[in-house]
Parts: sequence; C-alpha cells; structure tokens
Amino acid sequence: MLHDYKREMFFDEMLDERGAVRPHYEQFSRLFSCLSPEEFDSKRQALDLAFLRQGVTFNVYGDSAGTEKIFPFDLLPRIIPAKEWAFLERGLIQRITALNLFLHDIYHEQKILKDGVIPPFYVLSGRHFRREFVGFNVPRDIYIHICGTDLIRGADGQYMVLEDNGRCPSGVSYVLENRRAMKRSFPGMFEGVGVRPVEDYPRELLRMLEYIAPAGVSDPTVVLLTPGPYNSAYFEHTYLARQMGIEIVEGRDLVVRDARVFMRTTKGLKAVHVIYRRVDDDFLDPTVFRRDSMLGVPGLVNAYRSGNVSLSNSIGTGIADDKVMYYFVPRMIKYYLDQEPLIPNVPTYLASEEADLKYILENLERLVVKAANESGGYGMLMGPKATRAEIEAFREKIIEDPRNYIAQPMISLSRHPTHIEGGVFEGRHVDLRPYIIYGEKTVIVPGGLTRVALRKGSLVVNSSQGGGSKDTWVLYGDE
Amino acid sequence: MLSRVANSLYWMARYIERAENIARIVDVNLQLLLDLRDLDEKRVAEHWLPIVQATGDEEQFFQRHAQATAQAVTEFLVFQLENPNSIVTSICQARENARMVRDQITVELWEELNRLYWFVRTPQALAVWKESPSDFFQQIKASSMQIMGLTYATLIRNEGWWFTQAGKLIERGDKTSRILDLRFHTLPERGLPKSVSETDALAWSAILRSCSAWDAYKSLRGAEVNPRLVAEFLLLNADFPRSVRFCVNELNRALRHISGVSEGRFCNEAEKLAGRLVAELQFTTIEEVFDQGLHIYLDQLQGKFNRIGDALFQAYIFQKFSNIEDEIMVQQEEQQQQELRKISLF
Repeated sequence: MLHDYKREMFFDEMLDERGAVRPHYEQFSRLFSCLSPEEFDSKRQALDLAFLRQGVTFNVYGDSAGTEKIFPFDLLPRIIPAKEWAFLERGLIQRITALNLFLHDIYHEQKILKDGVIPPFYVLSGRHFRREFVGFNVPRDIYIHICGTDLIRGADGQYMVLEDNGRCPSGVSYVLENRRAMKRSFPGMFEGVGVRPVEDYPRELLRMLEYIAPAGVSDPTVVLLTPGPYNSAYFEHTYLARQMGIEIVEGRDLVVRDARVFMRTTKGLKAVHVIYRRVDDDFLDPTVFRRDSMLGVPGLVNAYRSGNVSLSNSIGTGIADDKVMYYFVPRMIKYYLDQEPLIPNVPTYLASEEADLKYILENLERLVVKAANESGGYGMLMGPKATRAEIEAFREKIIEDPRNYIAQPMISLSRHPTHIEGGVFEGRHVDLRPYIIYGEKTVIVPGGLTRVALRKGSLVVNSSQGGGSKDTWVLYGDE
Repeated sequence: MLSRVANSLYWMARYIERAENIARIVDVNLQLLLDLRDLDEKRVAEHWLPIVQATGDEEQFFQRHAQATAQAVTEFLVFQLENPNSIVTSICQARENARMVRDQITVELWEELNRLYWFVRTPQALAVWKESPSDFFQQIKASSMQIMGLTYATLIRNEGWWFTQAGKLIERGDKTSRILDLRFHTLPERGLPKSVSETDALAWSAILRSCSAWDAYKSLRGAEVNPRLVAEFLLLNADFPRSVRFCVNELNRALRHISGVSEGRFCNEAEKLAGRLVAELQFTTIEEVFDQGLHIYLDQLQGKFNRIGDALFQAYIFQKFSNIEDEIMVQQEEQQQQELRKISLF
C-alpha cells in the first residue's frame, strides 16, 4: 500500500534512508500489506462510527455548533522496538525523579538557587510558583504523580524532550481506547507482532493514588475531581473514574468541614481522602486562589494543608511546567542526580538572557517562540510560517515581557505514514507523549499517545488544532 | 451515592420516558386524523390543541405558531429545541444527564442512548420523519424500549437503579394521566357522558393506543370502548404497567428501596405522599372520580406527582450550602476559629 509513498527529507519512523521498511516494522508491514484498500477503508469508517457511538469525543471550546468531535484516529500504528523503549524509559524516569527533587527543593531549602545553578529570579517570578507552600510537606514527598512528557525526534532521529506536563496532563484515555479499537479491527496482528499491553494503566494509577493517602487512613476513599461535562477532557475523566471504580465529583459535590473533605451523598456526607484533581491550581479553592472559580471547593486548600486530604498532582507543580524552567532541567539532573541527561532538551534560548534575547530578536523568522505558561499549542509563534505582522507583534511582546518567552529552532519532527484518503498514505509529523506514574515505584505505560499533525506540512499535533492520534506499539523484541 | 449522580440518573430516566410518551401521542394522533371526516381548520385545531396543552407548553407554542395545525404541532412536539419538552430536547437532556454519570451506567446503555442522540441530531432523522413519520416514531419507541431493556439487563440494582426507576415511574404516571385527559372537552364537567358517538369511541381508543394499552384493554373489556371503562383501566387497574395506580405502587416501592424504610412507615415527605396516593388509588372507584369530574381529578393528580418529585429532590438531592459565596464565608470563619485556637494555646 505504500508504493507511491514519498519519504522526502524527514526522518521517517517506518522507512529508513533508502526507503526500506525498518526491522521493527517488518512484521506489521507484511500483515498489513495483505489488506486491500477497500478492506482498510471499511475498517476505518467502522472505527470512526464506533468512536462517535461510544462518545469517545473531546469538546471544542468556542464552537457552539459542533461542540463534540472525535479525536481523529489513524489506523497505522507507531512502533517502538524494545531496546529503544528501554532507553526512553530510563530517560523519562531520570527526568521525573529530578523534577520531583527540584520541586521539593524549591519549596524547602532552595539549595539549587543558593548554589547558583538556577538564577532565583526565574523561580520566584514564575507565575505558577506557590510561595504559600514553601515549607509545606506534601504526602510521601511526591509533587508530580502523573506526568505526560512530550517527546519528539528531529531530522537525525534522535529523541528530544519538547516539554514536561506536570499539572494535569490529559490524553491517556485515548491510549487505552485506541488500543481497544485496534484490537477489534486487527485481532490477528497483535499475536503475530508481539505488542506490550497498556491496559494496566488505571490499576497503576489507583495504586499510586491509594499510596499517597493521608497517614493513618487504611482504606482511603479516592475521587476524581472534574471541572464538569463541558471540559474538553470530560470523556477522559469519566473513563478513568469508571476504570478505577472511583467516584467522579464536581466541586459542588464536595464540602469542607473542620478542615476535612466530604462528598454530598444521598445518605449524607462521606469522607474523602485522596483527590485526583483534573482542575488547575487556580480553580481549586476560591478562598485561596481565584475567588470567581465556580469549579472549586471552598476550604479545600486548608484541608490539604492540614494533611487530611491528598491531592494529585500536588499544588505548585506548575512551576516545573514553566517553559523557562524546562531550560534548566538538564542542570537539575546534573545537580540532583549527578548524571548526564539521557534524553536531551531541544536547544532553547531564554529571552531574559541578554545574549539570547539579541539572538532571538535577530532570528525571529527562523525560530519557534513560546509563551512560558501556555499549553495546547496556544501563545506560540512559528517563525518560518508566520507573516511579517505576526512576527512584529511577537517582537513587541518579547521586548515587553522577556521573562515570559523562550525560543527554539524549528525542529522538523519525524514523520510517519498516515492514511490520507481513498487508500493513499503520506508522511505526517508525529510526537509521542508517554504517561509516567510516580508513586511507590515509577510506572510508565509502554508507549503512550502518538499524536499526528494531520494537515499537510503542519507541525502542530494538538487535538485542538487539527491533530489526530495513532496507537503506539512497544514490541517485546526488537524486530 | 453522590446526590448529583442520583439526580442525573433520575432525570435521565425521566427524559427517556418523556420522549417515548410524546412519540406515542403524536404517532397515534396523526393516524387518528386519517379516520376523521369533515375536517376543517377548527376541527383540526380542536384535535391538536389538547395535545399541546397536555404537554404543558401552550404559551410556548403560540409564541411560534399562529394555529394548531398538524404540521405545526408535530414539528413543535418532535423537533423544536425551543420547546423544553419536545422529543429531541428530551433526548438531548437525557443524554446530557447520562454524560454526567457515565461512570455509573453501563457501556451498553450509554452507547444506545448516544446512538439515539446522534440519530435525532442528524439530517437523516428529518428525512426519515418526512418520508414516514410512523417509521420515525417507531425508531424512537424501539430505542427507548431498548434502553429500558438495557437498564433492566445491565444495571446493578443499587440505589442508582432505584432512582432511575423513580424517575421513569413518576414520568409515566404523569403522562398517562395527561393522555387520559386529552378528550376532557367532550365530557361533561361532572359525571359520565350521556352517549358516546362513533367519533368519540375512535378518540378514546386512540387514548388507549397512546398508552400502548389497546391490547391489554381488549383482553379485559372486549371491543366496547367508552370513557368510563377507559378511565378506569388507565387510572385504577392494578396490573397494567402503564396505569396510574400501577406506576404509583411501583414508585412507592422504589422510594422504599432507596431509604430502606418498610411499607406502612415513612421517613420523608416523598414517601408519605406516595404512600398516601397508593392508598387513595386503591380505595377509589371510577364513579367517584367522574362525580368529582375527571378533568379536575386528573389535574389534582398531576399536582400530587409534582409534589412527590419535589419532595424526593428535597430529601436526597438538595443540601444546604449550595451557594458558593455562603460557603466561602463559612470557610473563612472556620479558619479564623482555627487560628484563634492556635493562638490561645501559646
């Protein structure tokens, strides 16, 4: 099916420089080529319908007509050989370990600042640095319990970390649903190829949540706190709650009395011990953070500070998500672990460093500029694809508030054969978001979410901006 | 169970039942029109207006339509999103409530409800409806039946299940009483009508069919159709699953499953009212109902259903401190108290 496929200048996940199928794709390729274009097409249509029927959808903000969309799914899986995955796993564990040590440090002794490894200004000026929590001990000393780290590969195929999502990373439900869908469509293939399962995620997640319960609670009640059915990730919230067999609650279901959290049930109030919150810090508690938050629970932070309820992720992890802090992660690894980073960062320039700023302003049309505290592909300038006016607008913003901007060279992300239409396949750019659970031990679901930029030439993989996804197969072996 | 979840399950079931009932009413009455002779504008309006009134939205209707024609009424009752009780609105509401409690219902149930939702939201639904309204209604009814079957076959019998039952039964009892009231203008205010014309008989059989009661009625009463027998059957029959008495009995049972309080006692207003209504329907004759006036009786009955619904909400769903501003005040006071206690320790 790939005979007209053009690999072009990019690193292709499936084909090597000579256009031959890479060894870890060979078995899949053999099985897949037995499929006629018609068979493929009918499987694809059946899948789209199934997703819609099951309500595997995300809500689009600012779009009242078609507010629910399915996250487009491409049937060609991204395949990772065992050795490569083992390396990535080591790299990711190294990174999350350093990030948690960093968070403990800046909320306690601040040694890394005192030793001059990171200029204190950057941490203390971070929008998501919660100074109210300096000196506060979080349960089990873990800050980021769930992390979704975005990985990309450049032209030479080397993996790099693009960003760490240490607040409430979403998307893991698609990993699980995509796998289910693939198994239904190609039952025979999994046996033949040898793919590691992903279905353990909800159990591992629950295990971690129970692990961080307040001291002395032997049979903790765990709940998932959602902003509600209009949140773009609501499907995922219900999905995970159902898989874990825990209650999904909204802010109005919870009430705080004597610094303890309860949920309102038909039989009265029932104590809650661990909250897997999918609500940002700012909206958690209107008595502490945003007063206008209707999603939050008044008194929740006080209960948390009193040690009567645990939150996952902890409050204040947003500082590690700050794109300026990203720049310093390799230094954190060196400082706390005395190791070289296994997976490197993308080369990054800080607008508040004089030399870097000069370079950024002189090379705007060649760089990608990102706001330090935005996510989802918003607040970004793609220099090579921007208009003159867009570049100038960003130039002003950067000069006005350099602390809030970083710049990176445009990375031509690796590509993967992707179905376009009528049995035609073209290369589309992909990234990879593995999900890391950091509890008693660190667990990473084999693979993660492969996001694909479905628009031709586009490098933006976010679901809100025309991205789709693929199933990600980590093999038991290397071929 | 979370109060909000109980509330959503209750309304999910109510809205599904509502959609199905409206589908039956419109379907049967469209077919009935085919049997009527000498139809002029006035008679058509006489036919449709009570149906609009029965669903309780007369004002809404006349805001958008000048006259109660078949076209206007059916469109209003089936598709109009502005009508809070149209079939499509009800299905949207049912699905919205189901979405809020997806972790509490089964995949099978959710998928069927979601399928129904996407069916009525697509242009295809309008096409089916234009081609053959009765096929359209058939699909709605079949899907509602399937959802009901799935709730029976897949939902665990916990508190949540009894909330779905309560929602369904209140809605069903209420709708049966409204359907029974459709021809009230052909009856004297009090007492039984002197005679029943052929056209009236047709209309009263349509009432039976709107409640899916035709076959059950026939097996009990034979071919004779008159207001007294129909009303007795739909109000007081103890065994027909859509009669008011049957619904109230089952509703009472569901309420007692929720609280665990046995028959003959009550622990909240909803149980008290439901228990009282059970007794009333058990020890009432249809003659007494007609002496009082069927329309008046049914009107009061609907009021009782409303009060049971409100009381149920008060007992299990509504709780104090739902206002977030008040809650913030409470928290601030509590935290100040804590601080004071700490200070006084030193």
